[in-house]
Amino acid sequence: MLCCICKEREAKVHLTQIVGEKMQKVDLCEECAKQKGVNDPTGFSLADLLLGLGASQEMEQAASDLKCPHCGFTQADFKKAGRLGCSECYVTFREGLEGLLKSMHKGTRHVGKVPAALQQSRDFAERLKSLQKKLDKAVADEDFEQAALVRDEMKMMREKSGSLPTS
Amino acid sequence: MTISEFLTSPADTARREGPYNKIVLSSRVRLARNVKGMPFPGWAKKPDRVKALDAVRPAVESLPQMSDSFSESMDNLTVLDKNILVERHLISREHAAKNAGSGLVLNREESLCVMINEEDHLRMQALRPGLQLRQAWHAIDQVDSKLEKKMEFAFTPALGYLTACPTNVGTGIRVSAMLHLPGLVLAEQINQIIQAVNKLGLAVRGLYGEGTEALGNVFQVSNQMTLGETENDIVERLNKVLAQIIEHEENARSMLLEKKPKTVYNHIGRAYGILANAHSISSKETLNLLSLMRLGVDLGLFTDLERWQVDELFITTQPAHLQRVHSEKLSAEERDLFRADMLRERLRQVSRPKIK
Repeated sequence: MLCCICKEREAKVHLTQIVGEKMQKVDLCEECAKQKGVNDPTGFSLADLLLGLGASQEMEQAASDLKCPHCGFTQADFKKAGRLGCSECYVTFREGLEGLLKSMHKGTRHVGKVPAALQQSRDFAERLKSLQKKLDKAVADEDFEQAALVRDEMKMMREKSGSLPTS
Repeated sequence: MTISEFLTSPADTARREGPYNKIVLSSRVRLARNVKGMPFPGWAKKPDRVKALDAVRPAVESLPQMSDSFSESMDNLTVLDKNILVERHLISREHAAKNAGSGLVLNREESLCVMINEEDHLRMQALRPGLQLRQAWHAIDQVDSKLEKKMEFAFTPALGYLTACPTNVGTGIRVSAMLHLPGLVLAEQINQIIQAVNKLGLAVRGLYGEGTEALGNVFQVSNQMTLGETENDIVERLNKVLAQIIEHEENARSMLLEKKPKTVYNHIGRAYGILANAHSISSKETLNLLSLMRLGVDLGLFTDLERWQVDELFITTQPAHLQRVHSEKLSAEERDLFRADMLRERLRQVSRPKIK
């Protein structure tokens, strides 16, 4: 088996890390292992290593000559730096990043903090949506008294939200 | 005011108390954020980096938490200043290498430190002595909530906060604690612990973070995953793991004292002997021996030495801190001589470890 970094020498160091139910494997030759600091267990994280490796490979397969229209960053740049160019790169290289994020993180969707402004407009949109449903139902039921009430409520919400930032 | 004048003295820094600070030296929570529409610092050209710094720095300075803060562009700090900040664990080595277009804002209490244009536009961290991860998270959460009113961060509902490195995307959080684990090292259980902690998806690193050695038996434990888990869950998971590591360290210490007391006394006695009598000593050897002195204090072997005094020496014997008190530029060899002088002087009044 060849080393997955230099792809030249025989792989002699085989690493497996199990996180939750996911298994990550890397095979390295002695030189590359030394270079990556694999022999020092305290300073070593498989995720960091995979980033320079699996990431660029997956992105290579996904798109070889893709270039971020926003910042001009290419997949070759990612291979070199292990960092992206701008926030739009997450859209540009989405396909290649998907697998990478999956191997690196607990999930693939954000469940943490949301900026308050966004959360407010999100809550607002959801409330409006549920009111719209209520309105549709009232109309379908020919309950026009109820429909008028709901319509007024929605109107009031929209007026009050004039100052709310939109996302 | 220079950063040296702004910083709390090593003695007062070492005197800061926190829960479990026999084993947990400090807690830290950092958040990575980027300004919407601007290229990440590593890819941005200099004018763009300067633009980002000029947009972010005044916003950070104007936070109520940052009144009476130290704020500076990295090119106005000397190499010595930067190294002192690294030795105090206030900035990363990566940030110390930055110049024009990067900045630093540090509050009076040294409990909040914001690096501007490190790997991301904002790396904001809350620091606390001892084990206080929840408090640190709440402090930095508040800073973040105030800042997001002043600027729009790069964020998508699906991926959360967008960061230069995909390893940080989502919450952009790194929760970490710095631990002093001489018992586990002497009992040769440390590798087992590191492996167990790694299996839980947490990273164990050395004294100065990413890719550094575990000098002085000091280890940093932190989360690696930032996507698909809430900030609170990450903090609580770390708290649970840390509670177990603390327990293992305490067990290792009692086990050693019970089964191999001579080994423990030998290590501590030799550490004292060398530190109190050497005429030349490297910073690496100093850290490793001070760690054993600290263990000796914890075990009650030194009646006239307090833990904070050892912790102060942990700081003052570091290369940049040694250089700071000398006007002429010291070579590494000269530093080793001065370091030994300082240690001999400091330990002159400390009597030999007493075996109970």
